[in-house]
Amino acid sequence: MKEKINSITYHTFVILFGFAMLYPIIWLIVSSLKQDSEIFANAASLLITSFEFENYTKGWQGSGGQGFDVFFRNSAFVTTFVVIGTLFSSSLVAFGFARIDFKFRKLLFACLLATVMLPMQVTLIPQYILFHNLGWVNTYLPLIVPAFVGGIPFFIFLMIQFIRGIPRELDEAAVMDGCSYFGIFWRIVLPLCKPALITVTIFSFMWTWDDFFAPLIYLNESRLFTVSLGLNMFADPDTMTQWGPLLAMSSLSLLPQIILFLFCQKYLVDGMATTGLK
Amino acid sequence: MSQLRTDLSTNIKTISSRKKVVMKNIAGFLFISPWLIGFIGFVIGPMIASFYLSFTSYDMLTSAKWVGLKNYISMFTDDPRFWKALIVTLKFVVIAVPLKLAFALFVAMLFNTSHKGQGLYSTIYYVPSILGGSVAVAVMWRLLFGRDGAVNAMLEGVGLGIITTDWINSPDYALSVIILLIVWQFGAPMLIFLAGLKNIPKELYEAAAVDGAGFISRFIKITIPMLTPVIFFNLVMQTIHGFMIFTQGYLITGGGPLDETLFFSLYLYESAFEYFKMGYASAMAWIMLLIIAFFTAVIFKTSKSWVYYESEGGR
Repeated sequence: MKEKINSITYHTFVILFGFAMLYPIIWLIVSSLKQDSEIFANAASLLITSFEFENYTKGWQGSGGQGFDVFFRNSAFVTTFVVIGTLFSSSLVAFGFARIDFKFRKLLFACLLATVMLPMQVTLIPQYILFHNLGWVNTYLPLIVPAFVGGIPFFIFLMIQFIRGIPRELDEAAVMDGCSYFGIFWRIVLPLCKPALITVTIFSFMWTWDDFFAPLIYLNESRLFTVSLGLNMFADPDTMTQWGPLLAMSSLSLLPQIILFLFCQKYLVDGMATTGLK
Repeated sequence: MSQLRTDLSTNIKTISSRKKVVMKNIAGFLFISPWLIGFIGFVIGPMIASFYLSFTSYDMLTSAKWVGLKNYISMFTDDPRFWKALIVTLKFVVIAVPLKLAFALFVAMLFNTSHKGQGLYSTIYYVPSILGGSVAVAVMWRLLFGRDGAVNAMLEGVGLGIITTDWINSPDYALSVIILLIVWQFGAPMLIFLAGLKNIPKELYEAAAVDGAGFISRFIKITIPMLTPVIFFNLVMQTIHGFMIFTQGYLITGGGPLDETLFFSLYLYESAFEYFKMGYASAMAWIMLLIIAFFTAVIFKTSKSWVYYESEGGR
């Protein structure tokens, strides 16, 4: 009996507390379906008297002459290439560090670890000047190219940890069969890395999708804006009068991340628990 | 003759093994070449450039002018906003990081019990954290804590209308609003704590229970010491991240009111991309690196006296 009361208390507490945690997000989504006049009339309420999908159609038109279709397309483009670039660089580089005993490996690995901790502010300004001089400002290159050259060392680190867990006997057997290093990488190690590759995909998708800083610096033309920049422009307090459409587009911008999380949470949680970053 | 033959064969062997080593080196460098290119081109190169720029005055229109230590000196002697940014960021890190970790540990302990449904619960509790620094979350936070926002409406609802205020635009509360947002996104350290808690041998608790130790003494004498390696890791990561906070300050409060949320990287951004003081901003970046390095070093140094590693058999 005491056990049962205990259990009920526990679940009640956890559910109520969890609801409080989720309240802001629920509030955002519910409010996006309310009429403009209703949003702040009864601000805390999660009840809707009449569903207002108009917020979504209105918001979709965007602002500054660009609709959210443009922003979403831009974000999808950038995110796709960043994910591809990250998968490319992190798997190749990690294989090199984890499996080949080349000269200066230890030293370079120490450099890799050091860059995991390096605040990006230190390289930010010269990087900006470099990209500016290359004529890359107002293109997606400053956002995409770094991913292809291991821009986020954390992903390389994550892959190294994973590859180290794959038995070396498999490589040795392949060497006996006359397999080259690339053959070992492509035919043996990479297929076994699938869980790690999925984790990398999810993380890099999440971080790129909601990245604000790099687009803010490198993209100044509204036709190039990603969703986060578009939303920021849309939310400008000086011009903003309609809350409904803003909340609608805010909710919509979170949708890809929430969907991905719900479908792949196992990989995300495992990746987070073993390496623990962000 | 036979002597010659063995010589020849060892020679061939050393040649082929040397060839193998060379091949290995080439293969290794080919595999890591993407990162190596990025490391040289986007990290080491820019770091050197940044260090040089920090001794110059540079606005990107005219060429950089060597000014020696002037940037560093005027920062500390002639720029009250620099001091403000420094103090605000320190205040933020010192308050937000321990709060976030305490909260994360609390929730992790909640999920480290024998009750059912904990996988589902931890997923739900994790949702705020995946949305991280997105603009939508910032918009949401701004509206929730605005004058007419849901927070004030709730306070009025429970008869606390007297303490409602414009949280975002109040110099006294703006920083707290952002700290609250950061603490709300406690998911990553929570999962790491959870993994740490699951690693604590149950026998320890059982033995303590037999000795009649209550919940609090078990928590202080078993949970905390056994968790110290994980606490250490979380503390380092969250401190580093804390010092780099930008998006939330930029989007929610814009550094205001009265510079009360002017985080260091926000001021750095302003200096570089609004006033185009590239040299000055570079100098700020190096000060930032030094501060982060200092705090990390302090945590590492003191860790010897408070982090417990089981394998070493004690402190």
